[in-house]
Amino acid sequence: MHSVRVWRGTGEGAFRRYEVPAAPNQTILDLVTYIQRVLDPSLSYRFACRVGMCGSCAMTVNGRPRWTCRTHVAKVAAEGEIVIAPLTNMPVVKDLAVDMRAFFDKWALAKGAFTPSDDAAADFAVVAPASPARREADAAIECIGCGVCYAACDVVAWNPDYLGPAALNRAWTLVNDVRDRGQPERLLAVAGDAGCHACHSHESCRTYCPKSLNPTASIAGLKRATARAALRGEL
Amino acid sequence: MNAPAFAVRTPSQIRWETRLWLAQRASAMVLALCVVVHLATIVLAVRGGLSAAEILARTRGSVAWLSFYALFIAAVAVHAPIGLRTIIAEWLGWRGRSLDLAAALFAVLIAAAGVRTVLGLYA
Repeated sequence: MHSVRVWRGTGEGAFRRYEVPAAPNQTILDLVTYIQRVLDPSLSYRFACRVGMCGSCAMTVNGRPRWTCRTHVAKVAAEGEIVIAPLTNMPVVKDLAVDMRAFFDKWALAKGAFTPSDDAAADFAVVAPASPARREADAAIECIGCGVCYAACDVVAWNPDYLGPAALNRAWTLVNDVRDRGQPERLLAVAGDAGCHACHSHESCRTYCPKSLNPTASIAGLKRATARAALRGEL
Repeated sequence: MNAPAFAVRTPSQIRWETRLWLAQRASAMVLALCVVVHLATIVLAVRGGLSAAEILARTRGSVAWLSFYALFIAAVAVHAPIGLRTIIAEWLGWRGRSLDLAAALFAVLIAAAGVRTVLGLYA
């Protein structure tokens, strides 16, 4: 049996204790699903793929933001009791489901969408896989949008306007996309005290990213790119 | 449920903040050098104990020391208020025009106290 304490309620609420039978290779998401299906159908939480692709099941597990579908109970149960709470830095909708609108709105604000050239009839762009820009983009491209870095970030907690690690990491992949035609606008969007220049390089995003990405490095890249643009008078 | 509120920066705000950041980085580079020279001087140049008389004997009438400490003070006056402004905004939640004004005032205070000190060492 696992003794599991789960956050119930919205902003106001409390932890409730559940006893969940132990099983081999059990994940944190398995615990939550058991509680919802067997013990308490009123529990709200979010998940979809169960295999670490969709980025919807992130929660705070024993004080740390994690993707619950790929977090084995055995990995965290060593710490004793299992405490499951919603992600921090986002308003709680109910129980373990948080409101991720600000998180995703900031991706759009950071110009996280590809800007094509006007010449749609042009031939395919040839991007050499070994080119430095392509390598920079590759290193940051596997983000699943789970919000773990956003929840882990001190700067987001201190400054609600901060775009956050995920949005800036996404922008960095596009800054390194030689086909993109929206660079001046993007560099302006990601600069300043709500953008890359707010980052203190604490690296919590890197520490907790379930995909082992390094948004801090991406943000450092944006700092260099925006500084160069500003010094050239292009920002 | 209302959408979570956060403020979006205007392009002119972003340009200004980026320049402040650049100014802080540039002044940090100057400070790194100045602090090393300053500390090395304290450690290496002291002969008969660290006394006002010995320091003044070194700096009085020296245009080189006057220039060095003028640069030092200028870098501090740029660097410290920008950093303090960020810390206050993040930790105390004080933001906006009033904070900008307070930071500018702090810069003037540092510059004034610095100029007074540097001139006192020179003349």
